[in-house]
Amino acid sequence: MSNFLKNHFELLGLAPRFAIDQTVLDQSYRTIQAEVHPDRFAAGSSTERMQSMQWATQANEAYRTLKNPTARARYLLQLQGVDTEEENNTAMPTEFLMLQMEWREQMADASHDQDISTLDALLQEMRGKAAELQAGLQIALDQEQAWQTAAEIVRKLSFIDKIRHDVEHEITRLED
Amino acid sequence: MAYSDKVLDHYENPRNVGSMDKNDPTVGTGMVGAPACGDVMKLQIKVNESGIIEDAKFKTYGCGSAIASSSLVTEWIKGKSLDQVMEIKNSDIAEELALPPVKIHCSVLAEDAIRAAVADLKAKQGIRDEQVA
Repeated sequence: MSNFLKNHFELLGLAPRFAIDQTVLDQSYRTIQAEVHPDRFAAGSSTERMQSMQWATQANEAYRTLKNPTARARYLLQLQGVDTEEENNTAMPTEFLMLQMEWREQMADASHDQDISTLDALLQEMRGKAAELQAGLQIALDQEQAWQTAAEIVRKLSFIDKIRHDVEHEITRLED
Repeated sequence: MAYSDKVLDHYENPRNVGSMDKNDPTVGTGMVGAPACGDVMKLQIKVNESGIIEDAKFKTYGCGSAIASSSLVTEWIKGKSLDQVMEIKNSDIAEELALPPVKIHCSVLAEDAIRAAVADLKAKQGIRDEQVA
């Protein structure tokens, strides 16, 4: 199947850019999903069943990657041969790391006090910061091809995604 | 994940947790972070007139291994010169704490924190660098 040679953007009919049309992404994904659904190949040969399964897996992976802004940027950089070094680059700007510490402290205090409204406010602040960084990513990737700048923003977003997830988890836990 | 006894010991009784005045000219502050896991580590060192680290403090948000790595490092660096602490390798930390391969990055973070704190102190002290080092 030639689809295995396509990258995620090609597979889902999108130009390889950070700014994407979510509607097109969703529609393409649904179309592919319907085409390759394993049920359609239930009566096919074992090779066909295997291929449809692999194709469906690839489509899922492509959709998941492109839907998430941080993953989409990381993937675009990967296509450019740029490693985001999220495993080994620990030299983040000090102000950014200070902010991470402050957020962690505020989160710990609010969790301790079971203060959901403070956690909600914190989450809003993080979403705002993430949106700001995503706007920067769009410029770095789509306009300036500034790959290293984009890689640094991905590292920052990686932090924010993690703490947002932790705060959301904490809110859910307290609400239960 | 099963933590080693040493990791648990440092995690449950972390040594030298706290902060020092980052504007003090004898204090060097190293802030590092690991994007992949969201860990943040602040390590501060205070040197005396002979250039020996007489106090160290840390504050870390992260997993048990990251906390243990920073706690261990504060113990190791006290009483040493800046040159001596620059020789500490992440593999020494990982070995001491028996960190599994997936947690090696926590020891890397601690090594990088030492380097960042030393660099900050040297930058602050400027010319005195030669005498201190």
